[in-house]
Amino acid sequence: MEQSVTVSSSSALQKKQKRKKHFKRYSPLLIMMIPGLLYLLINNYLPMFGIIIAFKDINFSKGIFGSDWAGLKNFEYLFKTSDAFIITRNTILYNVLFLFLGTTLSLSFAIMLNEVRRKLFVRTYQAIISMPHLISWVIISYLVYAFLNPDNGLLNRTILPLFGNDEGIYWYAEAKYWPFILTIVDQWKGIGYGSIVYFAALLGISEEYYEAARIDGASRFQQIMKITLPIVVPVIIMMALLQLGRVFYSDFGLFYQVTLNSGALFDTTATIDTYVFNGLTGSGNLGMSAAAGVYQSVVGFLLVITVNFLVRRKSKESALF
Amino acid sequence: MKNESPFITYFSHTVLILFSLACIIPFVLLISASLTDQSALIAHGYSLFPSKFSTLAYDYLFMRGEDIIRAYGVSFFVTIVGTSVGLSLTLLMAYPLSRAETPYRSVILFLVFFSMLFSGGMIPSYLVYSSILGLKNTIWVLIVAGVLTNGYYIMMMRIFLQGSMSKDLIESAQLDGASEYRVFWSIIIPTSTPILAVVGLFTAIFYWNDWQTGMIYITNPKLFSIQNLLQRIMQDIQFIQSNMAANAGEAMAQMPSDTVKMAIAVCGSLPILIAYPFFQKFFIKGIMFGAVKG
Repeated sequence: MEQSVTVSSSSALQKKQKRKKHFKRYSPLLIMMIPGLLYLLINNYLPMFGIIIAFKDINFSKGIFGSDWAGLKNFEYLFKTSDAFIITRNTILYNVLFLFLGTTLSLSFAIMLNEVRRKLFVRTYQAIISMPHLISWVIISYLVYAFLNPDNGLLNRTILPLFGNDEGIYWYAEAKYWPFILTIVDQWKGIGYGSIVYFAALLGISEEYYEAARIDGASRFQQIMKITLPIVVPVIIMMALLQLGRVFYSDFGLFYQVTLNSGALFDTTATIDTYVFNGLTGSGNLGMSAAAGVYQSVVGFLLVITVNFLVRRKSKESALF
Repeated sequence: MKNESPFITYFSHTVLILFSLACIIPFVLLISASLTDQSALIAHGYSLFPSKFSTLAYDYLFMRGEDIIRAYGVSFFVTIVGTSVGLSLTLLMAYPLSRAETPYRSVILFLVFFSMLFSGGMIPSYLVYSSILGLKNTIWVLIVAGVLTNGYYIMMMRIFLQGSMSKDLIESAQLDGASEYRVFWSIIIPTSTPILAVVGLFTAIFYWNDWQTGMIYITNPKLFSIQNLLQRIMQDIQFIQSNMAANAGEAMAQMPSDTVKMAIAVCGSLPILIAYPFFQKFFIKGIMFGAVKG
């Protein structure tokens, strides 16, 4: 009995020593990670504790950490206004719309790229249509402004008069047009990028399938409908589902820059991100914005987890984790 | 190839050409407006070809160019420093995480992964960088609060390294007495150049296009990047238009006219548009790589 205890303790000791040796041997690998880990700590983990600000009654003379606790008051105020509803609705609806439209259009473009057999053409098209993805939202807001500028923009000066409207439209003051404008701008910027992503998936389909179909006399159109789509659609649905997990986060630049942050458009263009940002830069209520930020972080996190759980049940390798 | 459908091919070409035009035309409009005579622009509006050619806008920019040159300087500095420091951080994280022997590997992987799932958001980040670290209105905040590294880049590089790294090579080098650092320097860095190019490109584009960080942390106009300068100019236009009735005359006189605004926007996008033909191959490869690896 006693013997066996000493034996097991000595083997435990050995194990410990072995681990120590392993640790020492490979510690340079850990040392390499120090700068990156420090950065993640400061940039990602420290702010996570900062969400307490949403539970404080912010008073700048007392400092943020010295301010009194407010409990859930900031959240109460936020959800009492219509703001909470509007920003949640806009964020979700735009995301869902962009996701469906973006996926369909990008897939269609990818299939069309795949039908253009000459490599030189494929490359040229890819280069041109992915270009908008490179350009910052600030520059895009200038491009859009060239079209929508009320005094001498292309639409008011050149295009609307063709349809007999000489008075023009004050685009930046009329909320009802913006769902269309934002959708067009978003797709314009994103289709090229998306089509390249899906094109990569199409390249993975073995040529043998098409060969066999051709021998059986299937037309090119039939091949697309009966081979290409059935193979890629499940993959794409999975990718779309994963994106759905990010439905609480909007493309901030689109909603802030392209609209020129025009207050008159709040109803159709405000999203959670623009709301939080406006609170921070002073044109909104900081407490309520901080509450909206926490609301976004928490619900967004739960959504990613849920969606991933669902994806994982369907196909384990498509899941993020 | 037999049985090809010429109809589908032509249809694809047509749609792709039309959409390519839609991608190019707005830029042509922008460039054309910047080269149009101001009064012609007001008289005829924007058009694809200058109705009356004039380089006055650019002359004006060169005359009063300090702001723009300084903004270019800020943008280039932030892009170059941010990309090189960021790439180093990313590779130094990704390589140990791709080695099975690394101590506490799974814990650290989880930390990296969790940082992708949950974030404190804009306001807490602001508190960290401005109140705790006191970086507000410094050029460093543009680099640090941008994206030096993040979970996606680290994971992308890690997957690449796992696929391309030769264990035998590392082991034989270590048998010959090479240290871990030596292995990293002489084996890992050379083999990871393709992924360094891809991630570096994405990081550089991010820094060049980043206007958000500057808007949150920079109020000193001398530290404006080119994006922030553009953003400020657009804001001024908005401000003046919404206060038109009050004192428009005086303010309008000091403001860059339409053509100058467009010329500045051209200057802001030009570096990327000029460089694009040279890096587009990497860019497209990078998008595809990200796609295949999910």
